[in-house]
Order: sequence, then structure tokens, then C-alpha cells
Amino acid sequence: MKKLSCMLALVLALATLTGGMAFATTLTVYNSYDYIDEDVLEQFTKETGIEVEYVMFTRQEEMYTQITTGGGKYDIIFPSDYILERLIKEERLQEIDYEQCPNAKENILDSMWNSDYDPGNVYSVPYMWGTMGILYNTEMVEDEITSWDSLFDSTYQRDVFMLDSMRDMMGLMLVYLGYDINSTDEAELAEVRDLLIKQKDDNIVQGYLVDEVKDKMVGGEAAMAVMWSGDAMYAMDLDEDGVLAYSVPEEGSNVWIDAMCVLSNSENYEAAMQFIDFMCRPDIAKRNYDYIHYASPIKQVVETLPEEEAENVAVNPGDEVLERCYFFHDLMDDMDIYNTYWMQIRS
Amino acid sequence: MKRSYFSAPYAVWMVVFTIFPIVFVGLYAITTRRADGNDLYTGLANIGNIFGNEGTYMKVLWRSLSLALQCTAICLLLGYPCAYFLASKDFAKHKTLYVLILLPMWMNFLLRTYASMGLLERNGVINSIVTALGFKRLELIGTQGAVLYGMVYNYLPFMILPIHTVLKKMDQRVIEAAQDLGANPVRVFYKVTLPLSIPGIISGITMVFMPSVTTFAISGLLGSGNFMLIGDVIETQFMSANNWNFGSALSLFMTVLILISIGLLNRMDKSKTGNGGGKW
Amino acid sequence: MVKKFFRGLKGSYIALILLFLYSPIAVMIAFSFNAGKSRAKWEGFSFKWYAELFNNSAIMEALKVTLIVAAIATVVSVILGTLGAIGIHASRKGYATTLLNLSYLPMTMPDIVTGVSLMMMFGFVAGFVKIERGMFTMILAHITFDTPYVLFSVMPKLKQMDPNTYEAALDLGCKPMKALWKVIIPEISPGIITGALLALTMSLDDFVISYFTTEKTQNLSILVYSAAKRGVKPDIYALSTIMFLTVLALLIIVNKRSTLEDIG
Repeated sequence: MKKLSCMLALVLALATLTGGMAFATTLTVYNSYDYIDEDVLEQFTKETGIEVEYVMFTRQEEMYTQITTGGGKYDIIFPSDYILERLIKEERLQEIDYEQCPNAKENILDSMWNSDYDPGNVYSVPYMWGTMGILYNTEMVEDEITSWDSLFDSTYQRDVFMLDSMRDMMGLMLVYLGYDINSTDEAELAEVRDLLIKQKDDNIVQGYLVDEVKDKMVGGEAAMAVMWSGDAMYAMDLDEDGVLAYSVPEEGSNVWIDAMCVLSNSENYEAAMQFIDFMCRPDIAKRNYDYIHYASPIKQVVETLPEEEAENVAVNPGDEVLERCYFFHDLMDDMDIYNTYWMQIRS
Repeated sequence: MKRSYFSAPYAVWMVVFTIFPIVFVGLYAITTRRADGNDLYTGLANIGNIFGNEGTYMKVLWRSLSLALQCTAICLLLGYPCAYFLASKDFAKHKTLYVLILLPMWMNFLLRTYASMGLLERNGVINSIVTALGFKRLELIGTQGAVLYGMVYNYLPFMILPIHTVLKKMDQRVIEAAQDLGANPVRVFYKVTLPLSIPGIISGITMVFMPSVTTFAISGLLGSGNFMLIGDVIETQFMSANNWNFGSALSLFMTVLILISIGLLNRMDKSKTGNGGGKW
Repeated sequence: MVKKFFRGLKGSYIALILLFLYSPIAVMIAFSFNAGKSRAKWEGFSFKWYAELFNNSAIMEALKVTLIVAAIATVVSVILGTLGAIGIHASRKGYATTLLNLSYLPMTMPDIVTGVSLMMMFGFVAGFVKIERGMFTMILAHITFDTPYVLFSVMPKLKQMDPNTYEAALDLGCKPMKALWKVIIPEISPGIITGALLALTMSLDDFVISYFTTEKTQNLSILVYSAAKRGVKPDIYALSTIMFLTVLALLIIVNKRSTLEDIG
């Protein structure tokens, strides 16, 4: 009997210990997969003594769900522009104190201070930005790709990867069809749905994927894929034979910004400011850029780009391309119609 | 202290962690979250939605059931002979063989599924062999076939195991008696062995059908996101679409369907042999 | 002659099944030694992924989580389940049947429903008590689905037991607790061990229920699932090979020490 109660006590003790402990200041950071050079986090801890608990998600909607319903505490999150808009509306963020983040104030590109979703960057500091387009294998495709049309060309049987991200995929198709990227018009969305279902029926689609796509394209599993510019750059980097290329179609596309912000229920504000400031340091930003290859909003990184990369549309799109790219806006209250049609497309 | 009180902690645990969560599923299923975050009692509306969306969910449900049935049938056809041969006199002494069949079951099933991806991809191992032999490349991954393969691959040992156990425990004297009475091997099988092994078959079917209907990991990894199964839909409701109410309704609906099918199966067993089927 | 032919036929069939079951595993083991990154193109022999494996903190962390959760869950579920079985065995029929039927529930409910239902309950409770969805909730969930397996492994042994031994012990002056410990437990210990092994297996392999009951904590299955979706390096293959060899060794040892049918 004694042995039993001892064991029980031990087990319960272990259980409660593992239930939740925190020693020194720990900053909980919630970000996308493959979206940071993790050595950077170690350096941060070394320089400041602040521990970083780094948690990752696959999709923005997932992150939003976790933040608004979970019991977990996050300090810093990396949302996309349209989710950020929503979070600001719902008053879930703390304002950024630029006095504590001088690097952010000085190093962020001028063009990034006047966005639709957070004018003046009151609640957020841009982290990475980019476009969306088509990554294609020049050996499997006849000509240079310049239009979304190529995605629907039935000569490419099972050769196209579509993006498993509802907002992005449907929004891009709205632009292709000539509509507003943020449309909630039922008829227009129905057209998108029909278009994508037909694409599946024509056996052009090999799959709807997110992160797996990069490796698959490098492995030559398909001729083209819809991707974010940074993922495209990542794949092109891994691609030793140099067969991959990226293009932002002429009908138009999306431009997006991912930013860092602090949740309102965070209790580690100073540590959070230190982290954000750290991330905006030119050397740190360069390391992140080298690792992830998304376009950086930090002036010094852009100015020191090697020529090859400066000419690469994926990294440095240039104004002409940006003219035909649009931001996503928050549509969360009207997502039902999107959800419904997306379900029909995916089933 | 009465011994019957020993069961108290267990009983309490089961009520708290099994009954309460189910109550939650039920509650969420009959309510809807409004834009302001409050819940509103909506009765059977969520269940009604299952039949809505222009039949999309029914299509997904039908596809999941059909795949699960195919998987179960294949597992039965492939697994029964395997169990039978293993249990037969020729191989009964070879315990290592039995261990080898069981071993994959003990390996993490996600790892095994992940490994199958390497087999099935366009530039995967199977295609490397196929193209080396001069044939055209096969489109394997991202098809329903790939998902079916993944299911059978994962669940086959679960079919073999209970059938083998029942066959091994079978009283050999009954078989010998049938042979003495002049029945040829085929008849012995159909009239004696097969009926006696039904509890094992039912066990196997239960252990294969249920997980294959509700899987989402396999369809995610091997289906390349080309089509959703009911497990994917439920997972989406809870993780991305943030609609726990509808997700709960779907879960409830599906659980009831499964329980009914299992109940029907067990009824078959009772009427034939008079014994309740054991789990293993 | 005919007998030999049939034996050969049966053997070939079993061999085919084994081929089917082991081809992915063989691929995995082979490519864990691949010098290149690819899952399918062989580029030479190398041990480097095994070295990288130990450097990969995410994998090591997930392994730790898996082992800790499985260990704690198994211990607790063995205690709860054994006591539960003993209690039910000694209870009157109505109560016993109800509790037994209740015990079937976690096993007959699909994993995904168990998972989401627990997720919702934990979410609700989080509104009052500060519990995070993490290792703690994972352990709670694992105990929940492990315990019935222990219960159903111990029950048959209890039924087989001679009730008179216990009575005899009491008559000889033994206190009930002592009698329990010295008489009942040893007799049902094969059942307890079977139950413990079952619970351990279920916990080590679980994916779906763990997936829904944690937020940030990853066990091995969750790690592989998220890694698989992103196309990860063969260090996962190295891990699988090690796991495979471990399980193989364990099963061989167990096989040598007892008939496998006991464990079933």
C-alpha cells in the first residue's frame, strides 16, 4: 500500500510539474513554419537572457483560431495583413512603442509605413513581404509563363499544384477573372468555384498543397505550382540545376505583408519590444533573409542584395509588377460564402 | 473497505473524461456561434447543414464510407488467408513469422505512411523501377488508389491478428471430427472453420472499418489534398474554419452511423455462434 | 509431394504479404543511409542523418514528450484500470454492467471524436481554470483511452481466478489490503502486464487524440505529420530505423521469454 501511494504521489508530482512551468522570462513567439532562421533565436537569448518558446502554425486561419479560443499564452505573433486587420478591429493587440524599437523606426523601408491594414504601423512592424505567382519548371513548360491561363491548359495533365489556402487561392482567381480580389459577390465566387472544379475535372491538378510544394517542385514532381514568392525563392535556391523560374502573371496578383505584433494579453511587453527591435537589426534581418528568401522590409538588406537576386522577381518585384498586385482585406464576417464554395472545390 | 469501492476512481475518471466531453459535443452540435461570440440554441440546424451545401458533405461522407468498405474488404480478402496459413500446422511453429507480421503495427503509423510517400511519388522508388524497366511513369500519389493503399497498408495487421488468434484457439478435434465424417478439405473449411472464425472476422472488421472511415492523416499525406474525407472535413471545422458547432454535428452524425454499423455486425455474430465476439 | 507444394504456396503467400508490409519500411531504412537529401534518389552511403538526428532539437524534444507521456499514462492507467477491474468484479451486476458498457465507449468512438470532444472540454474548462492545452492535457487524454484496455485485459484474469483463495486469506487473518496485494494481484499479473503493454503501445502510437489535445507540445506523431507536410530531411528516416530496430529487439526478447499468445 505504501509503495502504491508513493508511486501515485510521484506520478501526480510529475504531472503537475509538466503542466506548466516558467523560470526566467520566456517570450512565446507564434509564427509560420519555415519562417525564421532559428539560430537567430539562440543569439537573441544569448544577448538578452530572454528565453524564446517558438511555436509554429501552418495556416493563418489556424493561428487565428488558436489565439482566439485556446488557453495558451502567446506574446508575439506573425500574422498576415488581413488577419492583422481583424486583430486590430477586435482590439487584440498592443501598440508598438517605437522608442523601445529604434531599429524598427529607422530601418523599415519608407514604402512600408502606409499600408491599408495598419497605417503608420501603430500595432505592427513589417517582417517579410512578397507577392504570389507561379513557380514553374522551365524544362517541362514550353514558353515563359506570363498568365494565369497556363494553370488551365489541359496539356499539363496532373502537372499543376494548387495552393491549399482558401483566401489566397480564391482571391487570385477573382483577379484572374477580372474581379476585385476582396469580392464577396456570390456570383463572382461561384465563377471561381466552377473554374477550379473544372480544372480538377480536366485532370490538370495533381494536388492542393501548402508547404510540401517546395520540395516537390525541386524534386520535379510537377510542371508548375501556385506559390508565395518566398517559397518560390526557397525552391529556386535548392534547385541545383537552375530549372525553376517564378512569374507574377499579367492579369494581376496579390501583394502581402507579414508583420510582428504583440498580443494584448501578453505580460512580457518589454521583452517583446526587445525582440522586435532585434529582428529589425540589419545583420539579423539579413540572416533571416538568407535563410527564408522572402523579401525583407529592411533598407540595409535591400541595398546590399547581390545582382542576381536583385533581378529576381521573387525577391525584388519592382514597381511595375507591384502595380498589378493587390492587398487582401479582412473579410471574416463574410467568410461563409468562401467556406462553402471552397469546400465544394476541395471535395 | 469493500472491494467494490476500488472501482470508484476509475468510474469517476470515465465519467469526467468520457461522458462530459460527449455532452460537450452534443451541446455544440445543437448551438451556433453568432458573430458576437455568444451561442444560440439552434436545434437540429447544424445537423441539417450536413445535408446542405449542395450535397457536398454527403458526397464526402459517401466517399469515406465507400473507401472504408473497400479497405475492409481488401484487408479481409488478403488477411484471412494469411492468418489461416499462419495458424495452420505448417507454420504454427514459426513464431518469428507471426512476430514479423505484427511488428509494423508497433511502428508509428505516421512514419510508415510517410515512408509510403517515398514509394509512390512521381520520382519515387516504384517509379524509378518502372521507368528503369522502360515503362511509362505511373501516377500513383494523390489518387484515391494511393489513399486506399495507405489504409490497407496501415490496417492489414489489425485484420490478421484477431482472425489468427481465433483460428489458433479453435478446437482441432472439431475439424478432425468433420474429416472423419468424410468431408473434403474445402467442405471442412466452409462448414466448420469459417463459421467458427466469425468472431475473429467481426473483430477484424471492427478494428479496420472504424479507423478507416475517420482517418485524415492518410488522406492528407497520400491524397495530396485532392479530395477530402469526412475526417478532413471535421479537422478543418475545428482547426481552420473555426466552426466547432458544425464540426460537432458532423462528429455526432458520423459516430452514430458507425455505432449502428458495428451494432449490426455484432448482431450477425450473436445469431450465428451464440457467443459474444471478443476484442482480440 | 502435394503437401510440400501446398506448403510452398502458403509460404509464398505469406512472403508476399510480408513484402507488402515491409516495402515502405525497407525504403525508409535504406534511405536513412542516403548521402543525399532525396526521399527517392540514391546518392551514396552515409551515416550523416543519424548524426543530424541527435542535433535536431525538435525531434529530440518530440521523442522526449512521447516517452514521458506514454510512461506516465501507462502507469496511471494501470493503477486506475486494475483497481477498476477489481472493483467491478466485486460489485453487483447492475453497476458492473453499466460501468463495463461505459468502458467500451473510448474504444468504439472514433479517435477524431474523442480528440475533438476532449479539446472542447479542455477549452471550456480553460475559461475557469488556467490549464493550457499542452503536455498535461495530452497525458489526461492518453490515460482516458489507455485505461479501458487495461481494464479489459485484467477482467478475464479476475474471472478465471479462484475466489476462494481470497476468502481463505481473509479467514487466516489477513487484512483485506494485504490480501489484495498478496493474493489477487499476483494471480492477475499476466493480465496487468498485457494491459500495460497495450496501454504503452496505444500511447506511443497515438496521433489523432494527441493532435487535438495539445497546442504547442508535439509528440513524435504530430512532429512527423507536420514535418511530412513540409518535406523534411531523411533524419526522420534515421529515427524510424532506430525505432524499428528497438521494437524488433523488444519483440524478439519478449518472444523468447513467453509465448506471444499471452500478449495476443
